[in-house]
Amino acid sequence: MKEKLTEELVAMRAAKELVPGDYCNLGIGIPLNCAAYAAEGVLLESENGVLGYGPVHDRESLDENIERVDWDIADAGMRYLEYVPGMSFFDMLTSFAMIRSGRLISILGGLQVSEKGDAAIHSTSKDDIASKIGGSMDLSWGAKRLIVTMTHCSKDGSPKIVRELTMPVTTRGRVNLIVTDMAVIEVTSSGLVLKEFAPGWTPEEIQEQTEATLTIAPDVREMEF
Amino acid sequence: MRDKVVTAAEALAEVRDGALVAFNFWGPGTPLHLMRALQERGVKDLTICTNNYTLRADVLREQGAVDAAILLPQTRKIIVAFSGVQQEDSSASVEIARRVQEGTLEIENVSHGLFIERLHAGAMHLGGIYSPIGIGTSLENGKEKRVINGVEYLFQEPIVPDLGLINAAKADTLGNLVCHGTARAANPVIAMASRYTVAEVFEVVEPGGLDPDTIVIPASFVDRIVRIPDDDPYSRERRVEQTLRSVKYRLEKMAEAEAEAAQGGGA
Repeated sequence: MKEKLTEELVAMRAAKELVPGDYCNLGIGIPLNCAAYAAEGVLLESENGVLGYGPVHDRESLDENIERVDWDIADAGMRYLEYVPGMSFFDMLTSFAMIRSGRLISILGGLQVSEKGDAAIHSTSKDDIASKIGGSMDLSWGAKRLIVTMTHCSKDGSPKIVRELTMPVTTRGRVNLIVTDMAVIEVTSSGLVLKEFAPGWTPEEIQEQTEATLTIAPDVREMEF
Repeated sequence: MRDKVVTAAEALAEVRDGALVAFNFWGPGTPLHLMRALQERGVKDLTICTNNYTLRADVLREQGAVDAAILLPQTRKIIVAFSGVQQEDSSASVEIARRVQEGTLEIENVSHGLFIERLHAGAMHLGGIYSPIGIGTSLENGKEKRVINGVEYLFQEPIVPDLGLINAAKADTLGNLVCHGTARAANPVIAMASRYTVAEVFEVVEPGGLDPDTIVIPASFVDRIVRIPDDDPYSRERRVEQTLRSVKYRLEKMAEAEAEAAQGGGA
């Protein structure tokens, strides 16, 4: 069995999509790891109302740092944030106006992505008792660019890049780029285009693990980090 | 003029059965003291409207941790954007599933954006709004769809809470509020949308004690102010203790899960 990329490497590759001056919201899971690799000058946003956040306090040593931590400054996933120059705080209405306005790049985790750019992000099952939607629908609908990072296949080996979603839909036709532990795939009006492959993998092998049909870009190349 | 600064019990004395109650539940800025007071007030058939309905583990609740489910026996409907109600370490999770099944609890799912814009529509006294969120998803069910300038929208009703419970860092006795850090979240919009807003704060000062430039929520949106007592289980200090316990618990759970996975891998 060939090696797939680690979550860190997937995050590193996704973070290369960000350039100084970009505003970006990172979803739970692999996307949060992008923070460490984003270029200087990228301002990160979190839905509860902060822009321009940087390092987070280490969870393991919070109790040794009670005096250093400001317990009123956290991101949406309740990671406590360090003060950094240039950060701003605002309410949820301001936050979602920002999220809806096409100003932010959203990097979100994915459960399934279809060849039309539909995405299942918030839930694996229609039988959920209550919503896990959170900000996922707003973040995917309103993004300047929607980048989905995920493993290429689920734990049981079934492909996550599919012709039609079988999981609850978070958004229709909004995904621009998929970064997985095997490949970088662009969603275009004429379908999915394989742009990059992970070291050691061939485009043909990636197609085998993808339900949707991939067009291989003429300049397809090995992923760089 | 009537003094707005009262105790939580006084502030909630006139809340009635069947009220629609909104509160911010997102870490900093969560009105834990008022949520506990509403539980003690004992009103029933409430509709709870909150951005997050995340459950605390039973072991943490036994030590005083508050989640929205402390109000569950008094609740008939929940409007929520993000919930973690399927959780094995919380008995409230089982109770919610049972009550939904038996039809005594209704859950209305929204997104965070819908939650805040419907409250905002309530604040502005709009008749409703057309929102693009939810098109092509399960949120379409039962909603009027309309195309405006080539874009599809769903009709959404405003939310006007009978009671808004909010948290802020500091108030003056008139009810002007300042918030700190990310503790704003849904608090300002809930204050604007609600027919009756009660704010819990950690500190109350005289008029003039707050810089007008920094006021986040002006006094006209605040009906009552409750100063959280220093010895309250939800004072600043005790909240930090709760947070640390919760973080420690989660880290332990994660370590357990990893150990199990490692064992499973070896078997």
